[in-house]
Amino acid sequence: MIRIHLASIFVSDQSKALDFYTRVLGLEARQDIAMGDGNRWLTVGNPGAPGVELLLEPAGHPAVGPFRDALVSDGIPATQLAVDDLDAEHERLTGLGVAFVQPPMDFGPVAVAVIDDTVGNLIQLAQMKG
Amino acid sequence: MGKPSLACKPGLAYRGRVADVYDALAAPARRAILDVLTVRDDQSLFEITTRLLGDHGISLTRQAVSQHLAVLEEAGLVSSRRQGRTRLHTLDTRPLRAIARRWPDKESS
Repeated sequence: MIRIHLASIFVSDQSKALDFYTRVLGLEARQDIAMGDGNRWLTVGNPGAPGVELLLEPAGHPAVGPFRDALVSDGIPATQLAVDDLDAEHERLTGLGVAFVQPPMDFGPVAVAVIDDTVGNLIQLAQMKG
Repeated sequence: MGKPSLACKPGLAYRGRVADVYDALAAPARRAILDVLTVRDDQSLFEITTRLLGDHGISLTRQAVSQHLAVLEEAGLVSSRRQGRTRLHTLDTRPLRAIARRWPDKESS
């Protein structure tokens, strides 16, 4: 059986990204391996739950800039993270200075919002209901 | 094919602009986009596309929404600006006033 164990996003600064994804968002640091040229194999995971990891990948490849600029210009998130209570996270994260490009919107079975991860990406937060 | 030039007669040029508003309003999808933009100012293309589906059950590609927004912006019904790296769109109802002035509401006058 093939399973998803890693997803990746490009980040413009790995140290800043690690701080945002752990201290601010609350994910857990997992792997941090030097890969040369100052680049790291840097992953975060769900708190207290081994399994799928998010790779915070260096954005040095020349194609990354235009690719991300086009997505961010149209407000398109790089990926989606789940939350239990979107309104509570909106309040908590706003208090921590996180910019919401899209405030919480309720669509019945799902409520979504979009934040700026400060390292070049928009990230959608989703609360699945029922 | 360019539009016929009306620039020599300011009054006609003004009417040309209003005609664009009628064209812009003629498409149901564009009217739905204007509905979406009444919810709040400064929406990205992604947010507009999401709200069209979530609130109106209208499934359009981002490319289609982008083209409709271009028509609405051309008609002056939508303005856009960059905030940071994201382009945000806002409803501008001023062109609708020209229509209201042309056919004033009898009850409110």
